[in-house]
Amino acid sequence: MGPDRITPELFDKLTSLAALALVESEKEYLRAELNHQLAAVRELSEIPLEEDILPTLHGLAIPPKPSRPDVSDAFPEPGKIVAQAPESEEGMFAVPDVAHRKSEEE
Amino acid sequence: MTPVMDWSAAEIARKVRSGEISAAEMLAASLERIRLTDGISGQVGLTQWDEAEERKVHAFIQISKDLAEAQAAAVDAKAARGEDPGLLAGVPVAIKDIFCVEGTHTTAGSRMLANFRPPYTATPVQRLIDAGALVVGKANMDEFAYGSSSESSAFQPSPNNPWDPTRVPGGSSGGSAASVASTEVALSLGSDTGGSIRQPSSFCGVVGMKPTYGRVSRYGMIAFASSLDCPGPLARTVSDAALMLQVIAGEDPRDSTTSQQPVPDYQLALQQDVHGLRIGLSPDYDRIVFPDVETGEIGTEPIQAEVSRAVYDAAEQLARQGAEIVEDVPMPNARHGIPTYFVISRVEASSNLHRFDGVKYGYRTAQPVSDLNELYRLSRAEGFGTEPKLRILMGMYVSSAAYSHQYYLRARKVRAMIRRDFDTAFDPAGAYRLDALLTPTTPTTAFKRKAVYGNSVLMQYADQMTVSANHAGLPALSFPGGLDGQGLPIGLQLIAGDFREDLLLRIAHAYELATRQAAWRSAVPEAVRNEASK
Repeated sequence: MGPDRITPELFDKLTSLAALALVESEKEYLRAELNHQLAAVRELSEIPLEEDILPTLHGLAIPPKPSRPDVSDAFPEPGKIVAQAPESEEGMFAVPDVAHRKSEEE
Repeated sequence: MTPVMDWSAAEIARKVRSGEISAAEMLAASLERIRLTDGISGQVGLTQWDEAEERKVHAFIQISKDLAEAQAAAVDAKAARGEDPGLLAGVPVAIKDIFCVEGTHTTAGSRMLANFRPPYTATPVQRLIDAGALVVGKANMDEFAYGSSSESSAFQPSPNNPWDPTRVPGGSSGGSAASVASTEVALSLGSDTGGSIRQPSSFCGVVGMKPTYGRVSRYGMIAFASSLDCPGPLARTVSDAALMLQVIAGEDPRDSTTSQQPVPDYQLALQQDVHGLRIGLSPDYDRIVFPDVETGEIGTEPIQAEVSRAVYDAAEQLARQGAEIVEDVPMPNARHGIPTYFVISRVEASSNLHRFDGVKYGYRTAQPVSDLNELYRLSRAEGFGTEPKLRILMGMYVSSAAYSHQYYLRARKVRAMIRRDFDTAFDPAGAYRLDALLTPTTPTTAFKRKAVYGNSVLMQYADQMTVSANHAGLPALSFPGGLDGQGLPIGLQLIAGDFREDLLLRIAHAYELATRQAAWRSAVPEAVRNEASK
């Protein structure tokens, strides 16, 4: 078996960046599956690339011109949107305090 | 007399438009069929159910009876006034729960969106409603469309295969395919990112099309991988798939990736035969290339022999109708489709999942939190199931500054090479000059429940035959091509050039007509047979 590309330390860093507070019981499974997927992806690095090939973002070219002017169009019933929020106050989304970073305070 | 729910969508619409049957009666027939065959709808947190439920289909998360009744009343009122109620008048449809429909919950099969009620309706759904279709419910699916068996849905029980309920219906549009196969509805709207319409269509013995990228609007569809996602039809016949595509295709000012290319008359295409069309077969679609997850060593295995034989039998049928069969078309980069997809789809999925944070809509943790970051971290950890978490982490890793050159940039180049294989095969001045490529849809017929679920690599390889069309942006159609020795449906796939859905429909329709008398055409899924015998 090859070396785990995703070590427990790197895994913890990724989960932090991904804003996922994982419980211990799921960490080991997720890390093992990530390493399996990376083993499956390894063949990409061995494919001889054709010399003139350019990376693509779409298989098919996206339409040359947008079909309408890029102007915002307000949703007629904003109350219906805010009603979906887990918590709202006076027509606005409500959240707990934003965390302060020490480095910014100093 | 043929039971009402066995009628094709075209037949239903014709009869509703002529006043032979009302939309309200059609809706009642559909709801009754669902009551008999579907069992309990999927629910979050459900882990146990009666044994009798094991034989049921469970295609739905939600039945939208009130909504459909209002739609049926509108269709019948129009008909009574002498107005045309539309191409799909009174046709019961199931909508994959990845499409927003005002008046329903729209969950994407996730706890994260279990309580989400969208304030608007997705464009392809609105077009179906405007054409007179009845939205009878929201179909179950893999969570956020991440899977090939529908087992990853947070809403359990997940759908079973109507042909054998101990097997999966495929995924991620598993509820869509199962609902159509079990004649609970005539049509379903699905979505396909790596094979999510075609693979379940193959497993359930129905017709499913991934249209060209940009042919059908994605406004109101919950995004998975935005450079690959395509909505498309599932139906029991090729002509019904054509009819539904006619209704949903076309430019949408609300989706800037939709094409301005005019939508042709697909019914006209069905009237043409296949004489002179060049249809290719490729040895690269007759085997699967699969890595050992521990060592990364690549192995090659032939596909299921009955599936391979069905492809050659179909080629013979088409040759007898006047098509030219071109063998040995090289598609050397097809085998790289899955590794490439592992990178591109995960990068795009992780980006698309950042929006779910417990603030504007969706799940929010009930635990006390000290600040906003903790709210994000707990809401996402509790709201997402295993598969979204895996995709977020993989996507972040392969697109990180340190590794994106090795993975993401390289995958985008291989994607261009996959597209080039098709350009070469379809080049009208080239060596092969194909109109379409004929392949299996899946390497095997439907697998057993729990046989693959949990092994994220093996599950992904279920899409090996379908994923290249997504990378290339090309239209592809899966259609039934027989049954294997266990009585399970075999799916065949056709892939054509950009915006040549008409060719796919024309060829598959010719095959359908040529095999109309075949014994396997009269086979009925177990879920339907059980009800008919009562």
